[in-house]
Amino acid sequence: MASDAITVPVGQIEARPWVDELHQWLTTVDHKRLGILYILSSLLFLVVGGVEALIIRIQLMHSHNNFVSPEVFNRMFTMHGTTMIFFVAMPILFGFANYLVPLMIGARDMAFPRLNAFSFWLSFLGALLLYFSFLGGSGLYGAGNAPDVGWWSYAPLGARAFSPGHSSDYWTLALLVSGFGSIGTAINIIATILCLRCPGMKINRMPLLVWMNLVMAGMVLIAITPLSAAQIMLLIDRYLGGHFFDTQAGGSAVLWMHFFWIFGHPEVYVLIIPCFAFMSEIIPVFSRKPIFGYPVMVAATICIAFVSMSVWAHHMFTIGMNSYANSFFTLTTMVVGIPTGIKIFNWIGTMWGGRIQFKTAMLFSIAFLFQFLIAGLTGIMMAASPFDWQLSLSYFVVAHFHYVIVGGILFALFAAFYYWYPKMTGRMLSERFGQWHFWLFLVGFHLTFDVMHIPGLLGMPRRIYTYEPGRGWDTLNLIISIGAFIQAIAILVFVANLIISYFKGARAGNDPWDAWTLEWSTSSPPPAYNFATVPVVASRRPLWDLKHPEDPDSRYE
Amino acid sequence: MKSSLCCSWRIALLIFWSASSLWAFGPDGSSVHGTNIFAPASTPAKSIADLSVFVLVITGIIFLVVFALLIYSVVKFRAKGGDGGREPAQVYGSTQIELAWTITPILIVVVLFLATARVIHAIQDAPEPAGAVHVIAIGHQYWWEFRYPKLGIVTANELHIPVSGPDHPTPTFVQLLSVDTDHSFWVPELAGKMDLIPNHPNRMWMDPQRMGIFLGQCAQYCGAQHAKMLLRVSVDDSTDFAAWVRTQQKPADEDAGAIAGRRVFESNACMNCHAVGGTPADGRFGPDLTHFMSRATLAAGAAENTHDNLRLWIRNPSAIKPGALMPAMKLSDADLDAVVSYMETLN
Repeated sequence: MASDAITVPVGQIEARPWVDELHQWLTTVDHKRLGILYILSSLLFLVVGGVEALIIRIQLMHSHNNFVSPEVFNRMFTMHGTTMIFFVAMPILFGFANYLVPLMIGARDMAFPRLNAFSFWLSFLGALLLYFSFLGGSGLYGAGNAPDVGWWSYAPLGARAFSPGHSSDYWTLALLVSGFGSIGTAINIIATILCLRCPGMKINRMPLLVWMNLVMAGMVLIAITPLSAAQIMLLIDRYLGGHFFDTQAGGSAVLWMHFFWIFGHPEVYVLIIPCFAFMSEIIPVFSRKPIFGYPVMVAATICIAFVSMSVWAHHMFTIGMNSYANSFFTLTTMVVGIPTGIKIFNWIGTMWGGRIQFKTAMLFSIAFLFQFLIAGLTGIMMAASPFDWQLSLSYFVVAHFHYVIVGGILFALFAAFYYWYPKMTGRMLSERFGQWHFWLFLVGFHLTFDVMHIPGLLGMPRRIYTYEPGRGWDTLNLIISIGAFIQAIAILVFVANLIISYFKGARAGNDPWDAWTLEWSTSSPPPAYNFATVPVVASRRPLWDLKHPEDPDSRYE
Repeated sequence: MKSSLCCSWRIALLIFWSASSLWAFGPDGSSVHGTNIFAPASTPAKSIADLSVFVLVITGIIFLVVFALLIYSVVKFRAKGGDGGREPAQVYGSTQIELAWTITPILIVVVLFLATARVIHAIQDAPEPAGAVHVIAIGHQYWWEFRYPKLGIVTANELHIPVSGPDHPTPTFVQLLSVDTDHSFWVPELAGKMDLIPNHPNRMWMDPQRMGIFLGQCAQYCGAQHAKMLLRVSVDDSTDFAAWVRTQQKPADEDAGAIAGRRVFESNACMNCHAVGGTPADGRFGPDLTHFMSRATLAAGAAENTHDNLRLWIRNPSAIKPGALMPAMKLSDADLDAVVSYMETLN
């Protein structure tokens, strides 16, 4: 079993100058530091993307508003979407995976530490490239501007005829570069999980978080590749006279859509599966019960991964596919709801008969279940393709996917922050701030995204910088915007909690939640080598076995 | 739980909006319909709305069941003071229960899929009857071109189609094309949306059962002025439609009083982009202006077609629609007034 860290006598620890400290962080290959770098850079871009969202919401507060010009509005929603998907959601989840996977399988680092650092810096470079477009987007003439073609950059809008200058090129390069970073991380996660598990950790004893990140990494390999290919084709079109997507010369706009969404839909699951992973660790601990139906959870995850590879064209129900194609993608999309539903039932089954402790992490998890349920059900509505002919491209879709990404992914991430922050920093996050954060964010979220479904049903398309009065959209949009500001306040409370608790939070100790997985057996924060002696495990909950020698899990598995 | 309150409130709002079909009367007394997808006035929109209600009911039931389970387990199994810190019974799973909550969703999916497939087929594979009105809609950056090949009409932004009824079914079939970027034709109360994609012709149809103006707009992001690419569909009774067709088939009126304006129009770049039937002006990049005054709006619905708006639009299009492709021609005040008077003779 793992033992405590090797203690260094206090007199021998010398305070290093901050330049040394910074140098250490910038050149680190330690999976924990890289994980934290991923998380910090994502939090930075979360705030940037959030400000972009607020600009969008101020502009849409009432009809015929003139807060920003149409061009600025179009840049804002393009940058908001691109930032939140590629430079917040994905890297922050990679950050948690980086930090947690080696600790949970009893390894001392990732399989390829230098590739790990390389991947992080590629992804960070991608983000910088994207934001450099604000300065260099128009090239040599003009003050620069950001891309304004939407985060799908649908052909032929991304062609040079419609997107002159270099703003789209920064978008393309940012996604290409960070995409290589994502592929590197995915290879690393897979290799780590397959090769570095501690003695006794058979593949069917891995914590569900590890299982789900394995599946996620596999999906990244499959999903990012077509996106990168499409970006290269777009560059060929723009600079080498290619005609892949150039409709004026016989190219195909629909081809771009297929490439984009065969990346885009698995991407949703790349983002949500690590969140399922957080839920599968946090809900059992705060319910004081093991996960209900471990093998089924694993099977359902793999099933989601497979089926989600064949649903992409449900983003394209309005492009005029024939009735057989529409029926096929209706069916596959509905089928993906089955394993997802099984997961929700299993989490409820985990809570059933438990002793639920309402720590902030658990509050966010329960809210996740509730919101993910609704997001799934509105997803079923849009899977029914004729219904989607009305809902697609409207504010109903915007409400639906924000329900997934904010109500699902962001709530799960907040739960993960409250749960693992003590391990990463050695300090507890304040529960009092946490309660404020949770309730404010919950109210803001529902005010914004519950109401946002309705203008969609009333015919309001997405991506419009203004709208006509008298359509019945004004009041609704005002409420949506107010909710957005309440969410922004909640985020400020969260950031304050992160900073204040880092200096003043209660000491966490090794195992503040009385949890069962290996990361809680080492000190908080863990030493660079993670475990002084490599742990040996005999069941899925090694720390349960340690704490309950009279009734260990290993007896039943 | 706060979230449950929000949800029931949302459902209440939804019912409220669905019930009130949001219509008003236009200036000429014709009724203007809103854009509520639950107030269908045409067969495709109606069968979509029916399917939607069916799906809403099923998902609503699923929501209630799962939500009740979630709330029950959160309330019932919360940690209480009297537990004495003991751990609850450690349960690892149950094959029977897992099977039950796997098979039930499978059955629901089968039902939903069959109901959906029926509607997909009914709408998409509907044959085009001989008496149907045939329209070609062409998307341009920020306006709509409508062509009636059988009737020899070209117009813009305001589509006129005849009303259809059980005794005289006259559906309109629209072929959708685009000359530049992707657009999407969406008039929610008449049909679901369908994209206009360059090099990828699409088709849709509608058979409106009610007369009046139906509103809609471009739903696929197409560039700077995507927001002001509005659509008006005027559903006329058969006499009005026939009269409209006869007007549109005529060449432009010749008015001796507007000859100065016509000269300005034809000696500037106006005629490079705009056509006026029966004159040398035959540009194709902008809307056909032959019967400009028969339209209630200008700039694809961005403004009402009034004297002042028209003058402002010609003087400085960005004032009404920043990002629109029509340039400001920097005409002198006299030329501007002349062109406006010329436009106002194009009935």
